[in-house]
Amino acid sequence: MTDVSQPNSAGTPQSSLHRLDARTKRRNAAESRFKFYGIVAILIGLLMLVTLLYTILSKGTGAFSQTFVTMQVELLESKLDKSGTRDLEKIKKVTTFGYAPLIKGAFEKSVLEHGIDTDLKTKDMAKILSKSAASQLRGYVIANPDKIGETIEFRFLANSRVDGYLKGRVSRESIANDKNITAAQLDFVDQLIAAGVLEKTFNIDFIIGADASDQRPEAAGIGVAMVGSLFMMLVVLALALPIGVAASIYLEEFAPKNWITDIIEVNISNLAAVPSIVFGILGLAVFINYMHLPQSAPLVGGLVLTLMTLPTIIISTRAALKAVPPSIRDAALGVGASKMQAVFHHVLPLAAPGILTGTIIGLAQALGETAPLLLIGMIGFIASNMPETIGEGLLSPNSAMPAQIYEWAKRADPAFYERAWGGIIILLIFLISMNTLAVILRRRFERRW
Amino acid sequence: MSVKLSASALAIAAVAATSAAARDQVQVAGSSTVLPYASIVAEAFGENFDFPTPVVESGGSSAGLKRFCEGVGENTIDVANASRKIKDKEIKACAEAGVTDIIEVRIGYDGIVFASDINGNGFEYTPSDWFLALSNEILVDGQMVANPNKTWADVNANFPAQALQAFIPGTKHGTREVFEDKVILAGCEATGAFDVLLASAEGDTDKAKHKAAEKACISLRTDGVSVDIDGDYTETLARIESNKDGIGVFGLAFYENNTDKLQVATMSGIVPSTESIATGEYPVSRPLYFYVKKAHIGVIPGLKEYAEFFVADEIAGPDGPLAEYGLVADPELADTQNAVADEAVLGSNM
Repeated sequence: MTDVSQPNSAGTPQSSLHRLDARTKRRNAAESRFKFYGIVAILIGLLMLVTLLYTILSKGTGAFSQTFVTMQVELLESKLDKSGTRDLEKIKKVTTFGYAPLIKGAFEKSVLEHGIDTDLKTKDMAKILSKSAASQLRGYVIANPDKIGETIEFRFLANSRVDGYLKGRVSRESIANDKNITAAQLDFVDQLIAAGVLEKTFNIDFIIGADASDQRPEAAGIGVAMVGSLFMMLVVLALALPIGVAASIYLEEFAPKNWITDIIEVNISNLAAVPSIVFGILGLAVFINYMHLPQSAPLVGGLVLTLMTLPTIIISTRAALKAVPPSIRDAALGVGASKMQAVFHHVLPLAAPGILTGTIIGLAQALGETAPLLLIGMIGFIASNMPETIGEGLLSPNSAMPAQIYEWAKRADPAFYERAWGGIIILLIFLISMNTLAVILRRRFERRW
Repeated sequence: MSVKLSASALAIAAVAATSAAARDQVQVAGSSTVLPYASIVAEAFGENFDFPTPVVESGGSSAGLKRFCEGVGENTIDVANASRKIKDKEIKACAEAGVTDIIEVRIGYDGIVFASDINGNGFEYTPSDWFLALSNEILVDGQMVANPNKTWADVNANFPAQALQAFIPGTKHGTREVFEDKVILAGCEATGAFDVLLASAEGDTDKAKHKAAEKACISLRTDGVSVDIDGDYTETLARIESNKDGIGVFGLAFYENNTDKLQVATMSGIVPSTESIATGEYPVSRPLYFYVKKAHIGVIPGLKEYAEFFVADEIAGPDGPLAEYGLVADPELADTQNAVADEAVLGSNM
């Protein structure tokens, strides 16, 4: 500065570093403006994050609690097992339609016992119970055939409208035109709450249960879809990690640098940017139509997601290998190790944290993927039971968490909408814990040179 | 190295395992209108029978029938749901792929309703109103002119001056065809525009002229007044919530589940309900179907039982769960039950 002002210092006052001239002031102002913009950008980002989290939590937490009606049910032998032999095949012959009157009767009795005074007919009273009540009870009887003839205490799900009433989603005004529930039934619900028959508690079935059809949103759970996602991730891990790591070690350490490897390199980067739906079409054509793998199977979903995750893993593994200083390789080779020994004994262990981080982030990305599953039949009404073996888990039809959320968001009953948000909470918990694990691994084990 | 080997061994073992194991659950795909009904049936089927719960996918009637017609075999679907009758073109495509014996099952009727925001204005429509509101060209003083209507008051003096805005199903939906046929075309004929169009239509035969006139009738305006919704009814509902002037086209069942947000309009003076649709008074309704591959019966366990269970009285009858959800029960259900029991295929004496 002083040098520049030297020539014309004769008449003008000497400029000083302590006195700011106009140009410096401008530059300083520009800098503080930029800082301000940066802070504003961060604040906007944070605000959006907070809004998003707030919306998800406020709309989704309702899905974790559910309204139940507790009552004594007499499992009449005359209705459920006419032969009296406790033969499971014969008990199974009684369909859910046969259980419905039993529950109606038990409910009426229970209402009388609690001294609840209502003008509702039994039929209208029973309407506040979930449509899944009969199947709940039938499932219990088939699991415990020896209980037939006894009176048991049973907790039935309440109808989604009643549940919405307890959660504040449904009010007397909002049901004015609703043919599924009447104000008189809500009065009855109030009486049941006062008598302690009906209450809202934590609902484990949302976390471990299976999907339910459009008439019984209160019975739907994300558990089976979670297992579907788990099996897909297993397939992705078992295939993408070894293939990805082997490919990157070869490309990084062994392959000659020529135009063929250059082309491969460019294409791996391109592959990472291919929209995921393309992999879905590929999966449909290759795995289902050509290889005849079953539709809607987590195995196929896992294979498709493997294709999608591979580039991510290869790119991050190569970056991790590149970060290991050449001196390590040189030292290993110098003391007589073969190239392969140098790579597997020295380079790979040092690159492992980076590889794992990349893999976990790739898996998290695959976990949240929906589009490719659309084409291989994993989005739809898939209410299968929990798989019992690994083979069944891979091959029998299942959904995945994001697919289940999408499916719920589409359905007409507003109660499903709440469950979609609840599903998002669970998915987010998975994603956050996976990303946290990646950060911890990087912090603890990564070495910098 | 050993890791890599075991991984590929796992893949090979998995592939080998699948080709040996037969599929044991019914696979269904097709119309998103039929989906809720099919999933209710699938759930009850899984509960009450020893077969696994069928898998029901959506995607639209056309997409479902296309997959249905891909061929016969375990990796193709067994049942296609459709909110319209299968087309001759599709039967032909099916036959070319080897799918020849198709069982058609009509499960009941579905009403299409017009609904708007609960706090907005109520409407009493006739098909003519919709034609005048949405058609590309309307009849003014004997001439076809570009649609000048801006508000509902322009369409019908009895309506309030609310801006025209309609959310109608996109062209891939079966619902769109019913909307065009039963509302727009009916309105076109009622306003006299059809006759004018027919007189000026190009074509060699009467049939070709007729077709051209119909096509001209159902061509809708593209200035943003009519918006195609390619997603589900939930998307239509979201559009109406953000634009209170909007009128949406919904299935009856969807409306009945969202009566706290929507109010329904009458059509030709009739309030849509399962009763008015069953009697045929409410004009905008259509039959719903599903199609079964006869070749798969006996191969895929539970397929015939599923089809029979779907149309059983306790499911599809007037007091069954489907009717409760919004399906209008078929008065000729007994005939359908017999047809399914006999496995009567399309083209045979039905």
